[in-house]
Amino acid sequence: MQLDYKDFFIILPLTILIAWACVLLLADLFIPKERKGITAFLAALGLVVVLGFTIAQTGHQGTSFNGMVILDGFSIFTSSLILLSGLLGIALAYGYIKRMGLERGEYYTLMLFSVTGMMLMTQASDLIIVFLALELLSIPLYVLAAFARPDLRSEEAGLKYFLLGAFATGFIVYGTALVFGATGTTSLSIIFGASPSLLLTIGSALLLIGFGFKVAAVPFHMWTPDVYQGSPTAVTAFMASGAKIAGFAALWRVFATAFPTPSVDITEVLWVLAAITMIVGNLTAISQTNIKRMLAYSSIAHAGYILMAFVPYGNKEVMPVSIAAGLFYLFSYVVTNFGVWGVVIALEKFEGAGLGISDYAGLAKKYPALAAAMTVFMLSLIGFPPTLGMVGKFYLFRAVIAGGYSGLAIIGVLTSLVSAYYYLRIVVNMYMREGDPVIERETWLDITTAVTAIATVGLSFFPQWLFLLAGSATLKWF
Amino acid sequence: MIPVDYYIVLSAILFTIGALGVLIRRNPLIIFMSIELMLNAANLAFVAFGRYYEITGQQSFYTGQIFVFFVIAVAAAEVAVGLALIVEIFKTKKNINIDEMNSLKG
Repeated sequence: MQLDYKDFFIILPLTILIAWACVLLLADLFIPKERKGITAFLAALGLVVVLGFTIAQTGHQGTSFNGMVILDGFSIFTSSLILLSGLLGIALAYGYIKRMGLERGEYYTLMLFSVTGMMLMTQASDLIIVFLALELLSIPLYVLAAFARPDLRSEEAGLKYFLLGAFATGFIVYGTALVFGATGTTSLSIIFGASPSLLLTIGSALLLIGFGFKVAAVPFHMWTPDVYQGSPTAVTAFMASGAKIAGFAALWRVFATAFPTPSVDITEVLWVLAAITMIVGNLTAISQTNIKRMLAYSSIAHAGYILMAFVPYGNKEVMPVSIAAGLFYLFSYVVTNFGVWGVVIALEKFEGAGLGISDYAGLAKKYPALAAAMTVFMLSLIGFPPTLGMVGKFYLFRAVIAGGYSGLAIIGVLTSLVSAYYYLRIVVNMYMREGDPVIERETWLDITTAVTAIATVGLSFFPQWLFLLAGSATLKWF
Repeated sequence: MIPVDYYIVLSAILFTIGALGVLIRRNPLIIFMSIELMLNAANLAFVAFGRYYEITGQQSFYTGQIFVFFVIAVAAAEVAVGLALIVEIFKTKKNINIDEMNSLKG
């Protein structure tokens, strides 16, 4: 086999990013300790350039490296979303890690490596690449979760994330082995044509368990609250969106393109998985008093909503619409998510103080703009107009009903109603209780919160445009 | 010659032992070993299937063997991170019992 420039064109953004991360790792050695902000700017610069290259690839598609990686509208859309969350992640981290005394240059390098893994995940067209991308995105995240060492909570979060993540990897590798046994190949395009067999069904079920851990679907969610709470908040924000996008991208890629045959057996399982994820996530969130923990359960619940888009995955008529709805929801979740974590970071103090829900009392009187932004995010997470979250839920429920799963849509609506209780509790705290919160003002943090709040409301008036964009992000079918 | 089924049954048993070990044992190091056992069970299945497809004359049989190398390399990278985390925790609290890792709750 000959490699030519076209092979490299398809993975060009990835290549640039990983090379840039390696350069940055070395360059960081020469940046003095008190000026680590330079590393942050260089990392952000790399992400912007790569985002430009990724968007420039729009309209191209094809496979390279003997069908190992693939470029299509889906990979371009999800990669852009991942790069965007990388940028927002750096913006949130910039002031935070300085304030918390964690300012070490490798923070940004690890983030870049993780982003590369996530992008590779969206382009994977072979189970070998899925596995490698998964590890490339996870291993830096394990380190980032424990980045606040010797803080015990952060170390504990890192170890828990690591053990459960490696456990999930075990399932994915074994599932891949069985799929290889059933079909004689690991290439998604050839698995697509394989005849159904018991081994293939078991293999795809094991893969589903593995990805279930990664996207934090119930009952594989036990690690999420602990890891989200213990990790440095900026890492949590990045982890909550980046790892989710990559996990869902892999689920879509692997299940929609390669496993339509076992869909008869798997669809029912996905139905139950989506339903219990929504129910358990929302109900457990009610009793939380720590905001990071509450948001962890909220992210589990949102994973449940996105999982709804998978349920009709064997149905080729409904699938393109439901993928578009899922991508739209993912976008709205990412934007809102970074905004919320921005507000959380603004209120956080040393040693995990300022993270209780009661710490938000009186915020509206003292900092009306911040409280208004937080209200917008909370409404978006509930799915209340006029926010992106509402539009996202609308498209999602519509796709699910079109797929013939009205029962699931009803569960979705009811759990959204339940979620209003714990989201609005924060709003009530901010506006109706007396208190004296103190916030940290950091330029990049303020900008992130403001931009995401404006986007959450503003983009909800032009959803059609964004939905068409998500709709053009189709998977390349074999 | 030993049929491929035997290898697969053995690998399934190894995988189950590994998974149970992760769920039951309380020492991170043992849990870690159990995870390695799960990965090696998958490796065994890969090699067995690769050999099976080699005999039946399928072109892509080498995928099975190549995947094993990837798994081994990645597992080594995971070991580096995992052991570093365990050592860090041991330095902070002088023990690594999973049951005593309860500073995070809600």
